[in-house]
Amino acid sequence: MAEFLTHEHDVIVIGAGGAGLRAAIEAAAAGGLSVGLICKSLLGKAHTVMAEGGMAAAMANVDDRDSWKVHFADTMRGGQYLNNPIMAELHAKEAPERVRELEAWGALFDRTKDGRILQRNFGGHKYPRLAHVGDRTGLEMIRTLQDHGIHQGIEVYMEHTTIALLQDGPNGRVTGCFGYDRELGRFRVFKAKAIVLATGGIGRAFKITSNSWEYTGDGQALAYNAGADLTDMEFVQFHPTGMVWPPSVRGILVTEGVRGEGGVLRNSEGKRFMFDDIPENYKSSTADKEGEGWRYVTGDKAARRPPELLTRDHVARCIMREVKAGRGSPHGGVFLDIAWIKEHVPNAPEHIKKKLPSMYHQFKQLANLDITTTPMEVGPTTHYIMGGVRVDGVTQMTTVPGLFAAGEVAAGLHGANRLGGNSLSDLVVFGKRAGEHAAEWARKQPPSKLDESRLDNAAKEALAPFDRSGGENPFGVQHALQDMMQEKVGIVRNESDMGAALDALAKLKARSAGVGIDGNREYNPGWHTCLDLRNLMCVSEAITRSALDRRESRGGHFREDFPNKEAAFANHNTIVRRASDGSMQLSRQPLVPTRDDLKQVIEENK
Amino acid sequence: MANPANGTPATFRIWSGQREAAAFKDFTTTVTEGMVVLDAVHQIQAETAPTLACRWNCKAGKCGSCSAEINGKPRLMCMTRLDELDLSRPVVVEPMRSFPHVKDLVTDVSWNFRVKKRIKPFKPRKPDAPDGTWRMQQADVDRVQEFRKCIECFLCQDVCHVLRDHHKHPEFAGPRHFVYTAALEMHPLDTENRLADLKGTDGHGGIGYCNITKCCTKVCPEHITITDNAIIPLKERVVDEYYDPIAKLFKVFKPKG
Repeated sequence: MAEFLTHEHDVIVIGAGGAGLRAAIEAAAAGGLSVGLICKSLLGKAHTVMAEGGMAAAMANVDDRDSWKVHFADTMRGGQYLNNPIMAELHAKEAPERVRELEAWGALFDRTKDGRILQRNFGGHKYPRLAHVGDRTGLEMIRTLQDHGIHQGIEVYMEHTTIALLQDGPNGRVTGCFGYDRELGRFRVFKAKAIVLATGGIGRAFKITSNSWEYTGDGQALAYNAGADLTDMEFVQFHPTGMVWPPSVRGILVTEGVRGEGGVLRNSEGKRFMFDDIPENYKSSTADKEGEGWRYVTGDKAARRPPELLTRDHVARCIMREVKAGRGSPHGGVFLDIAWIKEHVPNAPEHIKKKLPSMYHQFKQLANLDITTTPMEVGPTTHYIMGGVRVDGVTQMTTVPGLFAAGEVAAGLHGANRLGGNSLSDLVVFGKRAGEHAAEWARKQPPSKLDESRLDNAAKEALAPFDRSGGENPFGVQHALQDMMQEKVGIVRNESDMGAALDALAKLKARSAGVGIDGNREYNPGWHTCLDLRNLMCVSEAITRSALDRRESRGGHFREDFPNKEAAFANHNTIVRRASDGSMQLSRQPLVPTRDDLKQVIEENK
Repeated sequence: MANPANGTPATFRIWSGQREAAAFKDFTTTVTEGMVVLDAVHQIQAETAPTLACRWNCKAGKCGSCSAEINGKPRLMCMTRLDELDLSRPVVVEPMRSFPHVKDLVTDVSWNFRVKKRIKPFKPRKPDAPDGTWRMQQADVDRVQEFRKCIECFLCQDVCHVLRDHHKHPEFAGPRHFVYTAALEMHPLDTENRLADLKGTDGHGGIGYCNITKCCTKVCPEHITITDNAIIPLKERVVDEYYDPIAKLFKVFKPKG
């Protein structure tokens, strides 16, 4: 075996966003265990930092009718009942405690008049529920966890990429992971008794996305290659409001908080088109007149929410409909107007800057547009994947022993569609659980031996692009993949496009096997991209195959050839697994059953 | 300022190579509407220089990864639009100069993380309510939220002459960490005292070195009034604690024990 730098820990957490940091803190708090935290970027730069709107938790600080039961029912309805009800229940029950814990660690949320944590309205949540800090809640969360975490004895490995999980035999328990540091390109072995994946999502498989370069499906692909199940991969969330102009900022997120503060969507005719199509199961809770929506966002408890705050999947499709019908904005989006609130709010420009400071600066600096006077142009952007690694709802362990997953990389909580604000709470609720159970698992494991041939092979594969100097530029293949996925497996899908996507993927895989790179291993983005491509291909195939199998439309998954929800697809999750011959196999798994008492909670809150 | 028509080429003079072997190298790429410097660097990477190294994450001014010096000014590459630069001349893009160089636009900023770890962490007072929660007024929160906007881009550290020209890294924490300390010291719930550390020069203070030239405030992409709102109040606290002659007199006559 080649000599590799080797580190040894009891628990390794891969990913240092909200879920990874929370998991590492919990594993360290268990006491007596050595915890390592590996992240691709510098600490504190993970994608959590971009979360804007807030963190959903039924604390009932603003509306005392709220409770975990209502939050649970909202989450299940939003997920079109494909959620793992155990996770939805734990999430709704534990989120308030996780918010309070952040405050005890130094987070400063916006306040109510009586000095408690303020909560705001968001799509799909019946009551104001999102604890927030203006429109930079994610930054507050990650900085709080980071500043607390650095004093907990956790060893942090910044700018390290993981390329393989190590196991005790095929599909066996995890014994560590293998990767390299980005600065010098040196391979490193991490021995561990338990591993928590907290690597986030897959947005970089698509051309238009709100996600950073890190979101290349690493955790999903690592787990898949280790024999773990992926589930619900067809459910990708296209956030309705991304920037559309100028081209270089296309896809950057415009927070749902704009609509929560009273922002309205209009088409080129000036019409609030969201009133045209309100889904049956939301009719009773949605305003049917313009004035009522404003009363709702300003706290009138008798008013119903404006249709702009319907679930993200629905709003995104309505925007696509307007654009396709020729009623879009000049650059292929629609208008999002917050400036109009000057009709109701004295000194509206100052109010908007206070409530939405980063949106104000983002548009001012990147688009030369003042949102306090002018409507924004917005359109859908790839934002989040509801699917991911299949986990046990209580422990977060995957189907590979000793491998845990939390946050976006894991699946189950959100079902077919995630509600805004449920992601930040997901990170800390299940990050904590994953850390706790990983620690417990690690304590019980006997020492293990590393599979040295696996290390040598992984290193050889990783270095192959250097032997192909003069091979195709990896960025070219990455862009081709992103264009293809955007066009064929994007927000509106059909059988023939996705069939073509599978053929295209096979060709792209062949191309990515031929990418080459010059230079050396030190901080070489071209080389990093060569390695990312393998993960992107894996998750793209999983998304496409799962989406082909679900011949209906539900949540984030919309099929124009099967535009309705179908009863035949209401009772299972799609599973993707690696077969022994290396091919991707698809199966259908019956839903995790909902207990009778939870069924009743859903009924009572319909 | 030159406002280029779509599709015109522009030259970017980028610091390229590793450590001592690095030098400026010119790259030309096509400029389109709305592009920022980071877009140009990415385009160059994809077209001609796949090994060209730079840090970035969010591309929206929220993560503070893509710090660099553009035409001599410390800025975020993702928030610097090309139509505000003079493209008739090469756009000079350099790494931050206050930190050891690694490769191309990447520097070793790990010193910042080590300093932060040595600053005493948040220590809240006992909860205000029996359920373990606190009560705070928005006005008190607002004051600290300004400091908590910091995205840790380290541009303030880059521009600070105490670090950049005098290399006082072993003694001086730098503006970023004064903002961090101010956020803790002025946190409505915090009970810790960090004044001795701020005054000391063993690596996480050295506030006396700052002679309030306000360069840090000028480059902050989050528009935090670093000098006026964070550093000066901290300096005043240190002075009150250690250099106030009347308070000193009281201390002399204070009964021991």
